[in-house]
Amino acid sequence: MIQLLTPEGQRVEGGTDAADYTAYVDALSDEELRGFYRDLVLIRRVDTEATALQRQGELGIWASLLGQEAAQVGSGRALAPQDHAFPTYREHGVAWCRGVDPLNLLGMFRGVNNGGWDPAEKNFHLYTIIIGAQTLHATGYAMGIQRDGAVGTGDPDRDAAVIAYFGDGATAQGDVSEAFTFAAVMNAPVVFFCQNNQWAISEPSERQTRIPLYQRARGFGFPGVRVDGNDVLAVYAVTKHALEEARSGQGPFLVEAYTYRMGAHTTSDDPTKYRVSADVEVWKLRDPIARFKAWLAREGRADSTFFDAVEAQADELALHVRRGTLEMPDPDAPSMFDHVYVEPHPLLAAEREQFVAYHASFEGSHS
Amino acid sequence: MTQLTIAKALTNGLRAAMEKDPKVVLMGEDIGKLGGVFRVTEGLQKDFGEERVIDTPLAEAGIVGTAVGLALRGYRPVVEIQFDGFVYPAFDHIVSQVAKMRARSLGTVAMPIVIRIPVGGGIGAVEHHSESNEAYFTHTAGLKVVCVSNPEDAYWGIQQAIATDDPVVFYEPKRRYWDKGEVGIDAPTRGLWSAAVAREGTDCTVVAYGPMVKTCLQAAQAAAEEGRSLEVVDLRSLSPLDLDTLCASVEKTGRMVVVHEASTSGGLGAEIAAAVTQRSFHHLEAPVLRVGGYNLPYPPSRLEEDFLPDLDRVLDGVDRALAF
Ligand SMILES: Cc1ncc(C[n+]2csc(CCOP(=O)(O)OP(=O)(O)O)c2C)c(N)n1
Repeated sequence: MIQLLTPEGQRVEGGTDAADYTAYVDALSDEELRGFYRDLVLIRRVDTEATALQRQGELGIWASLLGQEAAQVGSGRALAPQDHAFPTYREHGVAWCRGVDPLNLLGMFRGVNNGGWDPAEKNFHLYTIIIGAQTLHATGYAMGIQRDGAVGTGDPDRDAAVIAYFGDGATAQGDVSEAFTFAAVMNAPVVFFCQNNQWAISEPSERQTRIPLYQRARGFGFPGVRVDGNDVLAVYAVTKHALEEARSGQGPFLVEAYTYRMGAHTTSDDPTKYRVSADVEVWKLRDPIARFKAWLAREGRADSTFFDAVEAQADELALHVRRGTLEMPDPDAPSMFDHVYVEPHPLLAAEREQFVAYHASFEGSHS
Repeated sequence: MTQLTIAKALTNGLRAAMEKDPKVVLMGEDIGKLGGVFRVTEGLQKDFGEERVIDTPLAEAGIVGTAVGLALRGYRPVVEIQFDGFVYPAFDHIVSQVAKMRARSLGTVAMPIVIRIPVGGGIGAVEHHSESNEAYFTHTAGLKVVCVSNPEDAYWGIQQAIATDDPVVFYEPKRRYWDKGEVGIDAPTRGLWSAAVAREGTDCTVVAYGPMVKTCLQAAQAAAEEGRSLEVVDLRSLSPLDLDTLCASVEKTGRMVVVHEASTSGGLGAEIAAAVTQRSFHHLEAPVLRVGGYNLPYPPSRLEEDFLPDLDRVLDGVDRALAF
């Protein structure tokens, strides 16, 4: 497992595997490193606020990323502007790195839309609830990039790659195996990024696989690497490398970010039914934010003024999330007929008219 | 007589079936320790062990595909699909394999598989969690499709579904899981394969199944207060259809409104309208009408109240039938 920072926040120097990746980290400026920290803290705050909003009845459900911040920020920051991300429903940190306003995500969980953002705007595709489906979309998209000649040209602003996010549970789905097959056979520029948070709702990883997931790649004919998913530097370096390989025409790459789902699967889930709290306690000691903060401070790359400023920014962001959610209007009901087809559809047009007339018939009839 | 929720009635029904027949095995995602996302299998793994209550990998095609193999080996798999919208990865196995095995083996092979699917909307969920996809399966010859609406039918129905040698798609109305009702402990007086007259009436027949039965009974109650007598038929079996009960009712009332959550176009209501019209045309005072979901992808939850038929829309349908 690739690790560049110990849980105590010490740099892992040298080592056989780690050495290949240190250059990526050494190239980062202090400003960029502080940016990583800021991302980690801000997205955790968004997550905490969203969980609170769900508890207060403002969101129907929320899928928390608690514990997975480093896996998402590390990989999200490794993306080039022209790369494309295909998420599941939990990639709030990646969305953040791509510049998607968290309110876009909350709209879906509040139930005012089923996605609602334009994937082309930030190269961040719609959340996918059906487990594994997006890995095929990502592979197809990567095939498109290939056909557009935007792979292996050597032009760093032109060459592009795709990153597909999924969980350990998803690897059991046929779709994911088929995505691996297609990507390998087509040599498509796609990085498969598995956040192994060790649980698929109530089922542990052992219920989905009997070998370490990163080793699967080999069977399909492409490289796979396991990285400490709670180590933002290692995740960044490994993903950056994988993306470079893909962009340069070396084909797909599997990154398994080994991490832990600290919270419930979603706000509807009750993890006390199937896992012991002792495990959670162990993983608390590997917290991705605490470890990175310790390193930044020890190295003198950030000081308390900076850390305080980030806290203040987090408070502001939380307020934005809260206000924005409370002010989010319900959609206008007839709008549900609007985006079903590109061309007019007579049946829908008639139904829309009936719908409006039917509702108009109630107006003023309330006694 | 005991009072049970639909969810608990199903748990008890599954338990009874497993006690009766050691070949009954349950399969699905999260059905073990967690007891399923709706807790329908709660406690069963503890009592029957991991060999009979199988927590499967997260793979619907795998779940149904391996159930086919288990059935070939003499087991009676009862699989749980977590939500209606997640059945599609298994669709191929259900329509191409499960449904056709009997016919292609010229009757030598049976597929005693039950596919349990929580169905329908109204619980404020995100997308793919609220769909009514029964028409895909009623359109497929070789499957039986049922949808229960109350604890009594849930308790007996699941046992009858497991006992039959044909494959059954067994729909459970998720927003009614927590509704309570009487469950008789004696053997069922009615078969799951026949429709039930849930309320007698004379002016118009309202046909529904699953989650909409309760809505239609409420509508009938409201109509009664305005002096209209509605007969409510709970279909229970969507395939085969109990045309005898449907036609007997419409021949009495002269009018019929079919209500379901699914989009109307190409839906089960269309099939019922055609079948009933064909057989009872001369008794009809009005065309058989449909009240259903609009022809849209299931909308985001803040709009589901506008999408789903409610009491008013049922009564509006009845008004239109009576206006002929
Ligand atoms: C096809 C399909 N089946 C079942 C589900 C229900 N479901 C939602 S999330 C989940 C577990 C996913 O686990 P994993 O892939 O490890 O991702 P995680 O949520 O842990 O990030 C399940 C079973 C679904 N959304 N789609």
